[in-house]
Amino acid sequence: MTTSIPVAIIGAGQAGLAMSRCLTDRSIDHVLLERGEVAHSWRTERWDSLRLLTPNWMTRLPGHRYEGTDPNGFMPGEEVVNLLTGYGQSFAAPVHTNTTVESIHVRGDHHVITTDAGVYRARAVVIATGAASTPRIPALAAELPAHVHQIAPIHYRNPDQLDDGPVLVVGASASGAQLADELRRSGRDVMLAVGDHTRLPRTYRGMDIHWWMDTIGVLSERHDEVPDIARARRLPSLQLVGSPERRDLDLNALAAAGVELVGRFAGVSGSTAMFSGSLANLCASADLKLGRLLDRIDDVAAEHGLDAKHAPGDRPAPTHHPAPITTRDLRSISTVVWATGFRPTYPWLEPHLLDRKGAIRHTGGVMTEPGMYVLGLPFQQHRASSFIDGVGRDATELAAHLTSWLDAVSAPRTTTANPSTHQRAA
Amino acid sequence: MSMTETPVDNGVNVEALLGAREAMSQVPEAAAFVWKATSTWVNGAHSRTSFETFFGAGDEQSHTRRFEIDTDHPPVFAADDNGITPVETVLAGLAGCLSAGVASVAQNRGIQLRRVDATLEGDMDLQGILGIDPEVRNGYSGIRVRFDIDADASDDEVRAVVAQSQKRSAVYDIIANPTAIVVEVA
Repeated sequence: MTTSIPVAIIGAGQAGLAMSRCLTDRSIDHVLLERGEVAHSWRTERWDSLRLLTPNWMTRLPGHRYEGTDPNGFMPGEEVVNLLTGYGQSFAAPVHTNTTVESIHVRGDHHVITTDAGVYRARAVVIATGAASTPRIPALAAELPAHVHQIAPIHYRNPDQLDDGPVLVVGASASGAQLADELRRSGRDVMLAVGDHTRLPRTYRGMDIHWWMDTIGVLSERHDEVPDIARARRLPSLQLVGSPERRDLDLNALAAAGVELVGRFAGVSGSTAMFSGSLANLCASADLKLGRLLDRIDDVAAEHGLDAKHAPGDRPAPTHHPAPITTRDLRSISTVVWATGFRPTYPWLEPHLLDRKGAIRHTGGVMTEPGMYVLGLPFQQHRASSFIDGVGRDATELAAHLTSWLDAVSAPRTTTANPSTHQRAA
Repeated sequence: MSMTETPVDNGVNVEALLGAREAMSQVPEAAAFVWKATSTWVNGAHSRTSFETFFGAGDEQSHTRRFEIDTDHPPVFAADDNGITPVETVLAGLAGCLSAGVASVAQNRGIQLRRVDATLEGDMDLQGILGIDPEVRNGYSGIRVRFDIDADASDDEVRAVVAQSQKRSAVYDIIANPTAIVVEVA
């Protein structure tokens, strides 16, 4: 069975649905091809305690804003599933579930998308499969002794899954910090191997840090405005947790909870793990970067007369780190959690669309093949591109580009009148 | 970022470095360098190591002339002190690498440097190399670097330059992280 359609969106998560809404508003026929169900990764690849890192009010999507009773709270995973499912239903997103893409090829003026549930011919393709699908596990994982149980965050659910022995968590971004904290609270001995990380306080001057970042314009900085976009796209996720008590989850908080901090996991020699001696510098760098952000916040607050309403507050204390050990006998470690991020995996794309690291080649979401787009990657068009709250802006922009392209190639379009055409989310 | 009347000049050609970076990101093979040294034992703890060629940018390269370093041990080790100890060359490498990094990063950020002094100390327990205590490692148990920098920038800007130079330093990485070493006999 072959289905012809102007636009195929691969993936029905936040990015795919945002694009679907934008195309619906423009009366452009399309389908979403989803390997599972809407919000699949939130249903199947997130740990039980995970909440969004951004507050509830920061879940604006095209045509949607949070209207619940707790705008400053942090949504648990099941509510994110409900949010995205309800969002898709609100405009009858044409999702083809349980449809896994196997390949996409250009054939004349069409893209031929082969799935396990039929073939689609589309003028334009939007890849919205997300940035977090395949864990990036360092090569030294293969050198760990056989007794060490290894797990990546997308397979972790809760502490009961692991035996009671000591845990080494590798990576101090949001995932690593949260899992180290949860496993420590479960009574286990926990070491956290800390590489490059981005430290943030949950709140500053009485407001959520994301409110400040939104207010001062950090989150809307564009990809062509930052000096080194490749580096900006590589940055690990923010060292934050969404919790009802709005607590901090920086290295000081983790150390106070009894987590042992060590440097980046740099090598294995026999049964000995070796940790980098760079911890002090990475902590100092993160503190300095945080200081620069808080300086910017203070400057904007002063300029806009916010000092009275949001009084200047104390700066977080410098990160304390003991003279760290650089080796540890792995025979004393039961589990290693690889919170080391994700790598791009697009085996179903033609190789010329990818760079030598396997990432999609694109400029602001526009791929190198005409009519192909990508959406939802970290800092794709702007700093919040991979946030629920940020993907809509990119989708709106790309939908305009895509529409122009369809017009240029005279693709068939439905002409249903729709009063909300071109309406932009507030 | 400080604004100055005269152009910032730390003696670093940032344009050339950024050009090389761009070129090597397009052609990663050109970024593959091999550094080379040859040494000859003189007598006792005294050796002389020379440096002339290296490989990089896809071709054999040369220094403008041949350089030599003598290494030896001091009289406290009953040696002739014909040069610094090998472990002190490591400190020289670290100081040189971090300082070069400071100059480059400062230049790139428009910060004029007037003075960059560094004092380095490496802690070593000789019970390791003398085989007295197998629990003690041979190498440095810790290294401290103290920079004294005079520059047209705030304290935090200077600290950020020093932090970035560590993140991009080859010798810092060599010391902080394990490296595979193969030693053969011809």
